[in-house]
Amino acid sequence: MHELSIALSLVEIVEEAARRAGAERVVAVHLRLGAMSGVVREALEFCFPLAAQNTLVEGARLEIETVPLVITCTPCGRDVQPEEGSFRCPLCGAPSMHIRQGRELEVTGVEVPDAEPAMEEH
Amino acid sequence: MSTLSTRLLEIRTGVLSKNDQLAARLRERFQAAGVLALNLVSSPGSGKTALLERTLAELVRAGRRPAALVGDLATDNDARRLERSGALVRQIETRDMCHLEAEMIAAHLDAAGWNLAELDYLFIENVGNLVCPSGYDLGEQARVVLLSVTEGEDKPVKYPVLFNSADVAIITKLDLAEACGIDLALTRRNIEEVRPGITIFETSARTGAGMDAWLAWLMAR
Repeated sequence: MHELSIALSLVEIVEEAARRAGAERVVAVHLRLGAMSGVVREALEFCFPLAAQNTLVEGARLEIETVPLVITCTPCGRDVQPEEGSFRCPLCGAPSMHIRQGRELEVTGVEVPDAEPAMEEH
Repeated sequence: MSTLSTRLLEIRTGVLSKNDQLAARLRERFQAAGVLALNLVSSPGSGKTALLERTLAELVRAGRRPAALVGDLATDNDARRLERSGALVRQIETRDMCHLEAEMIAAHLDAAGWNLAELDYLFIENVGNLVCPSGYDLGEQARVVLLSVTEGEDKPVKYPVLFNSADVAIITKLDLAEACGIDLALTRRNIEEVRPGITIFETSARTGAGMDAWLAWLMAR
């Protein structure tokens, strides 16, 4: 269970980006998560609010885009998506270590409130 | 419910980018010093320490200069066990951490005060865990995954992420293979299935069987 460490690193990155942009809080975090990242989505979703406590990220939504494993098959000369847990081309059966995608664990966007002044309350 | 107007800050940052950068710096240091750094990963009880014990002793006997950083949640039992080989050894007690990170390696190398230029090998024994260490680069030149014959043939296909991240696999406790009734050919096939092209060794740290090939691989590097 290393998802709490992952969540803490994630919050640190997001908070820094928000602060740089002058935002006071974060509304949503967009994350790309590869099938081969070694991170369990549900565990990360569980840890994220805990890691975000008492930071600008507290209360933010975590939007995860799952990235499937894609390998380059040399014999077929194309990028293919193997079956789960396999590193073989589904077309010709050749194994491949040319991983094109699937190891992602990256923040792609941070949503913050618009800088426009808030409406005055009466 | 009011709709909140938001703006999107587009950033593209790896969540582990800080670790990756530190690891890249460590790798440069290792390469500049001519030391081969290896990250040993496996489940708990696969025989990392026993393999290391024998490997360190054999390397010292052959006039090589190995060192080892040993990660465990608690105790310095492994370090004390490995020191008998004559190699430089330092324990990393991770407390609650289930894996090692590059920052810990850098800190412990500094604290140990080893001159990397006077070393030939740096073995990093990771915390016994088949999941968490996979995403953390420690600056190693090669990742070595161990699988003992007592764990069964299908361990690699159950944990493809970690096995896929390795450069070398060692099937350990070969002396128990018969008693466990393990199908070694199937075990090898399963490792190759999740990590095409990997180099595989079979060893017994107790009897010394298969150690020659593993040591020859190390010496050739």
